[in-house]
Amino acid sequence: MTQVVVTVMPKEGVLDPQGQAVQGALAQLGFAGVDGVRIGKRIELEIAGEDPEGQARAMCEQLLANALIEDFRVEVAA
Amino acid sequence: MTVAVVRFPGSLDHDSARRAVERLGGRAEYAWHADGELPAETTAVLLPGGFSYGDHLRCGAIASRAPVMAAVRRHAEAGGRVVGICNGFQVLCEAGLLPGALRRNATLSFVCRQMDLEVADAETPWTGGLPSGAGLSIPIKNNEGAWYGDPAAARVVLRYGPDNPLGSTGRVAGIASPAGNVMGLMPHPEEACDPLLGSTDGGLVLSGLLERAA
Repeated sequence: MTQVVVTVMPKEGVLDPQGQAVQGALAQLGFAGVDGVRIGKRIELEIAGEDPEGQARAMCEQLLANALIEDFRVEVAA
Repeated sequence: MTVAVVRFPGSLDHDSARRAVERLGGRAEYAWHADGELPAETTAVLLPGGFSYGDHLRCGAIASRAPVMAAVRRHAEAGGRVVGICNGFQVLCEAGLLPGALRRNATLSFVCRQMDLEVADAETPWTGGLPSGAGLSIPIKNNEGAWYGDPAAARVVLRYGPDNPLGSTGRVAGIASPAGNVMGLMPHPEEACDPLLGSTDGGLVLSGLLERAA
């Protein structure tokens, strides 16, 4: 079994209202100088069989990410 | 004319959709997400609002891969009429049957209110023959209703007014496929078919399900 971590993030330039809200809250708490907050998701997969990275990429393309609004990154755990 | 109202786990508005279709003189049959086929007598399809599969991953993403969607796709590709309302619109975008995606509202809040809409394309079956620029009053109730995409590459049928409360690109409230037979909109026409609810403009949208497709 191989652990594969998929990170899905809103694409650059796509409005991330969640990140903006958190940025506002951080400023209210006194954290000056936070220039940007973006919020995405981390998906941990336990994959059996050949080519876990390739399988994870196919999963991203078919379901885990929406290419129109999201970018994804696939990392195989050492 | 029989409208297949598709139910996914977490659909909410199938009963009001069914009532609206019947009020307009049509028949409605439920279809279940796990079905491989639509009811035999189906002439049009309605994907109702709600929170299919708990809105997990992305709204509509899991429903768009449900077995029944292969049958909905065949119906659409054969020129049959399909309307997706709210979560149903999200499902159609995730399925690639309509362009774009629905994102979190710019307000970061659930928005539930009556909306003034304007007809942007009078040539589809979904606006009751009203001319471009005509107004409709239909409620919205959603959290992920901000359409994102290229309005120039989409067939925009309905727009919000200048206040554009959800932050939709191009003030888009509803879009159709290039041929016009598939329509998705965030407003809820099924909640605007009874005069008791203050507007019957939703009937103009849903009547597109009850005409024989060209």
